Amino acid sequence: MASRTMFDKVWDLHVVADLGGDMALLHADRILVHDLSGARALGALLEQGLEVRNPELCFAAPDHTVTTNPATGGIGNFHETCVRPLQDLTAQGKIRHFGLGDKGFGILHVIGPEQGITLPGTTVVCGDSHTCTHGGMGALAWGIGVSELVHALATQTVMQRKPKRMRVNFDGLLPDWLSAKDLILHVIGREGAASGDGYAVEYAGAPIRNLSVEARLTLCNLSIEMGAKVGMIAPDDIIYQYLSGRPYAPVGADWDRALAVWGELASDSEAAFDAEVNVPIDDLAPHISWGTSPEHTIAVTDRIPDPADEADLDRRQALSAAQEYIGLNPGAPIEGTPVDWVFIGSCTNSRLSDFAEAARVVEGRKVSEGVRAWAVPGSEAVKAEVEAAGLHRVLEAAGVEWRLPGCSLCVGANGETVPAGQRCVSTSNRNFVGRQGKGSRTHLASPAMAAAAAVTGQITDVRKLMG
Amino acid sequence: MQKFTSLSAVAAPLPEKNVNTDIIIPIKRLVGTERGTLGEFAFEPWRYGADGRPNPNFVLNQPRYAGAEILIAGTNFACGSSREGAVWALNEFGIRALMAPSFGAIFFNNCFQSGVLPIVLDDAIIDDFMIQAREVVAGSEFNIDLERQIVTSPDGTTVTFETESFRREALLAGLDDLGMTMKRIGDIDAFQAADRDARPWIYGLQHKV
Ligand code: SF4
Repeated sequence: MASRTMFDKVWDLHVVADLGGDMALLHADRILVHDLSGARALGALLEQGLEVRNPELCFAAPDHTVTTNPATGGIGNFHETCVRPLQDLTAQGKIRHFGLGDKGFGILHVIGPEQGITLPGTTVVCGDSHTCTHGGMGALAWGIGVSELVHALATQTVMQRKPKRMRVNFDGLLPDWLSAKDLILHVIGREGAASGDGYAVEYAGAPIRNLSVEARLTLCNLSIEMGAKVGMIAPDDIIYQYLSGRPYAPVGADWDRALAVWGELASDSEAAFDAEVNVPIDDLAPHISWGTSPEHTIAVTDRIPDPADEADLDRRQALSAAQEYIGLNPGAPIEGTPVDWVFIGSCTNSRLSDFAEAARVVEGRKVSEGVRAWAVPGSEAVKAEVEAAGLHRVLEAAGVEWRLPGCSLCVGANGETVPAGQRCVSTSNRNFVGRQGKGSRTHLASPAMAAAAAVTGQITDVRKLMG
Repeated sequence: MQKFTSLSAVAAPLPEKNVNTDIIIPIKRLVGTERGTLGEFAFEPWRYGADGRPNPNFVLNQPRYAGAEILIAGTNFACGSSREGAVWALNEFGIRALMAPSFGAIFFNNCFQSGVLPIVLDDAIIDDFMIQAREVVAGSEFNIDLERQIVTSPDGTTVTFETESFRREALLAGLDDLGMTMKRIGDIDAFQAADRDARPWIYGLQHKV
C-alpha cells in the first residue's frame, strides 16, 4: 500500500461507507457526552423514539455545570437543570455516567485518557470542540455539534469530510520552564487562529517524542485554537506504559493484539503532507496571550503589538478592538501587567504535572495581596494524586484555593466567573471576549506562568523567579 | 428540516475575521434558553449595549438590513466552540445562507443539520459582495440558486460556488444527516461485525460498568 500518514491510517480503519466526494461515514469508537450539548442530544434522541445504538461505547460526565466550591460537594445552581438531567438521560440510555461522588468523575477530556477509554487509533467524538485533546493519545478525535451527536448516538457513526493533512515539526531542545503550552501558544501566535482550518494536524519532531502523556494532551488541546479540528501525536511506549492497567484499557491477549495494531499507526517515512510547518524551539521564551484571540500571543519578553504596524485595515481594527477590551496599550511590555485572578485548571492544564509545576513556583511564596488564585483539578483521580503527593498543601500554604474538579472558570457555564474588568492569567485555552465572564480579561499561559503571576501580582517571566 | 433550494434576500455585511461562536451565541443563553427562542440572542454581545438596548452601530440593527436572510462574513467565520446553538441562533434570527472566505469547521457541518447553506467564496468576491451589500440601495437582493450553484449579486454579477453533491442533495431534499444514514444501517452492522473480530478491544466494555 502507498505511504500513508497516521491520520490516513486511522481514518481508513473507520470507514463504514464512502459517501462520494471527500465524504465518508466513519465509525465512532467512543462517544463522550456532557451536561450541555450531550444532555441536549440524548434528550432529542430519546424524544424521537430512537435508542442509543452502542451504549457500551458511550461515556458521560457533568463537567461543565458542576460547581467546584469545596463546601458544596459539587452541587450548584445548575444541578437540577443540567447535572441531574444528564444523570437521568444516561440511565435511560444505559450509558456509563461518571457522576458527582464517583471516583472516575472529571472533565471528559481528562478522564478519557485517564480511564483508558481513549486508546491509540480510536475515533473519539464529543459535543465539545476540545475533543482534539485526545489526539495526544494517538486517537483521531474531534468535536461535533448536537445534531451530529444525535446522529452518532443513534448510529455509532459520524459523517465526515476528509481534511487535508498538516505536520508541525518541532526542532530543538525544550528550554527550562518552557512547557507544551508555550509550544502550542507560540505556534498559534505565529501561524494564526485560522492556519489549521481544513487540516488534521500531526505534531512531530524530537521534542514531541520526549513529552509526557499529559504534555501531549495539553499540546493537542489547543489544535482547535489554530482552526484544526484534529491534532494528533503518534503513540509510542510512553503512551503504552501510561495505558497499561487503566480501568478500560484492554488486557491479556487483547492488549497484545492492540499493541501490534498501535505499533503500525505512525506516519510512514515517505508519507506526504499537504502542508508542513517547522518550529525551532531552542530560543523560545515562555508565552502568554495579550488579546482576545489565542493568536494574540507573544513571548513574555515582548511588547503589545502596535495596530499602526498592520497594513491590513480589518486586522488593524481587530487589534485595536482587542486592546481596548483587554485594557492594554500598543508598545507596552506585557510583563508587569497587574492581575486580579489566576486560574490553574481546564482540560488544557489540570493534570498532576500541571499542579506539580505550579507548586514548585509558589512553594515558600505567598499569593500577592488582592489576587485570587484557584487551582481546579481536572478529575477526582487527579485530585487524589495531587493530595497523595501533598501538593495541595503547598498550594494552599501559598494561598491558592484548592477546589473540586470541573470546567469552572474556563468557560463559566457553572456560574463561576471573573468579574467584569478584572484580569485573569488562565491556563485554559480561550481568551475570547467574555469567555470567563462578561467583561473579563483573560491571558492564556502555562501553569508555571500562572503561578508566577499569582505570587507577584503581575504578569511575570517565571524564569526570573526560578533562576 | 426545511429544504433549501433557492433564496432571494437582503444580505448583511459583517467583515470581521475570526468571529467566534461565543459572540454568535453566549454560553449563558445555551444553558438557560429553549431552542426556538435563541434568535433574540444572536450576536448578543455586539447587538446590545451594556444597558440592554440595541446597539445602533451593529449591522443587523440597521434598518436597511432589516429582514436580511444572508450574512456576508469574514475569514474563519464562527470559529471556536462546537455549540450548534450558533447555527440555531442565526437561523432563528432569520439567516438562511452565509457567504465567507472560510468557516469554522464544526460550524460548517452544523449548518447542514438545520438547512442553512454556508457558501465558501474567494476573498476578492467576498470583498466585492461586502461593498455591494453596503453601497447598493436598501432592499437590493442577492440571489442564491443551490441547484445550479450560482450566486447573483445586486449588480448582476454571477459567481459559481461548490457544495458537496451529498450535501446539496440532502439540503434540496430537506434531509439531515441522520435521515441519510438511517438508510445505511446494514453497512454499519456489517462494519461492526467485521471490526469486532479485527479489534475486539474496542467493544465489550459493558462489564466494567
Ligand atoms: S475545561 Fe473548558 S475547554 Fe475544556 S471542556 Fe471544559 S469548558 Fe470546554
